[in-house]
Amino acid sequence: MAQVGYSKKVMEHFMNPRNVGVIENPDGYGKVGNPVCGDLMEIFIKVKDDKIDDIKFRTFGCGSAIAVSSMVTEMAKGKPLDEAMKITRKDVADELEGLPPQKMHCSNLGADALHAAIKNYWVKIGKIKPEEAKPEGEEGEACSTE
Amino acid sequence: MCGIYLDYQSAMPVDTRVLEFAERYLTKEFGNPSALHSVGLAAKSAVEEARRKVAELINAPDPSNIIFTGSATEANNLAIRGTAQRNAAKGKKVLASAIEHISVINAMKDLQKGGFQLTLVPVDSAGIIDLAVLENQLSKDTTVTSVMYANSEIGTIEPIKEISQMVHDKGMFLQVDAVAAQGRIPIDVQKDGIDLLTISSNDMYGPQGAGALYVNPKVKLQPTLLGGGQEKGLRPSTENLFAIAGMGEAARLAKLEMDQESDRLRPIRDSLIKEILKIDEAYLTGHTTIRLPHHASFRFSRIEGESILLTMDAMFNIQVSTGSACSSRTLEPSHVLLAIGLKHEQAHGSMVTTLGKYNNQGEISVIAKAVSQTVQRLRALSPL
Repeated sequence: MAQVGYSKKVMEHFMNPRNVGVIENPDGYGKVGNPVCGDLMEIFIKVKDDKIDDIKFRTFGCGSAIAVSSMVTEMAKGKPLDEAMKITRKDVADELEGLPPQKMHCSNLGADALHAAIKNYWVKIGKIKPEEAKPEGEEGEACSTE
Repeated sequence: MCGIYLDYQSAMPVDTRVLEFAERYLTKEFGNPSALHSVGLAAKSAVEEARRKVAELINAPDPSNIIFTGSATEANNLAIRGTAQRNAAKGKKVLASAIEHISVINAMKDLQKGGFQLTLVPVDSAGIIDLAVLENQLSKDTTVTSVMYANSEIGTIEPIKEISQMVHDKGMFLQVDAVAAQGRIPIDVQKDGIDLLTISSNDMYGPQGAGALYVNPKVKLQPTLLGGGQEKGLRPSTENLFAIAGMGEAARLAKLEMDQESDRLRPIRDSLIKEILKIDEAYLTGHTTIRLPHHASFRFSRIEGESILLTMDAMFNIQVSTGSACSSRTLEPSHVLLAIGLKHEQAHGSMVTTLGKYNNQGEISVIAKAVSQTVQRLRALSPL
């Protein structure tokens, strides 16, 4: 039977999101999405020994956007940066026991925001050049459903 | 725990009196109205009785003006495509307000693909159609003009009498989707000057699976479905006897009880609006006074409508609706909210509540508190 609505896991994260908030003076900061398209996500990270020591998020968006933000921060917390960089959009959706097809773009935002925050840190410490830190997500005016 | 249902515009429970009345047509009096034996004739009488009751609700001159369909979407399609195509020799222009139901907009767009010229007439920030533009766009070759009686997302009631006057002076036929308004405010197809009127069974506590189209005999139209001769050949299909009989009974009850029920709901709705607007950056959508008596629709800055809906449901067991993009299959917010001039990011924060017969004044403080807490929770999560 096709899944109706959101999985229990999505609803659980939506109703009890982990790691909500702001980190003052973060080591890395990533922001993706666009309020015009109905979702905007920001992720703050604190790095210690090349690991994500603390992570927080704030999200404007639908249920899945909030659940995805919560899940991606939970998945990344404590991970070495290189490993956290490997968390894919699909990993996030899978951990949430799937998302409805029209909501898959929300899982993109989660991974993209995390990666943007890590790259922002790497630019700060000189590991990568600023031009390498461009967001991975779709750019431009149109709100994508991909 | 018993919830508070505030989404009567999208589905209603069937009135128990309607169910009691119509149940027999599922089990005992189940005949095919086209059959000539006594069981068929009894079914035929049931359909004709329903037709008379529906005609009375909208003051149609004759029950034979009513064509039963399977839904309001189907009635809108039959009215628009059936009339435009049948009258194509007289003109190929069609008009609709920019806030019509998607079944009207898509039927119109389909005509456009087939070579018709479609103009969507804009509305003002309260959702009232721009009469000057409408008048400008109307011409003798405008076969069908479609303007809804009232809008389901923002509750605004359109000036149908003025519109029909204009359409008849300058164009041909006026089609009116009355689904949001029926059973809420009086509709009189003769006084209002309506040529084609769409109503639905479930929007007045009747069973799903029946709609109806009033057709003024001066309008010639062709069927959109082909088959047998039921409903004068305009809607071939064996009649959905239960739904049709139920719709008739629902129409009879609506006619009897509508005024009293709307008078009961109006102050409840008003206090809901008053309470919700106390929330910071909460705004009413639609007209402040020219609106359906059961309808209260809002938008909240910096948060998103689907999240509102889910939080209200999961935390408070209160069911609302939204015109946010994220609740739809596309990522476009409701065309209605964009048409009244909201920016995308504003339209995303919409919440629509529609009251019904099981709501009461006592619930308002509970609802207002729940909305306030929901907005607070989501704003705490929002970077905006």
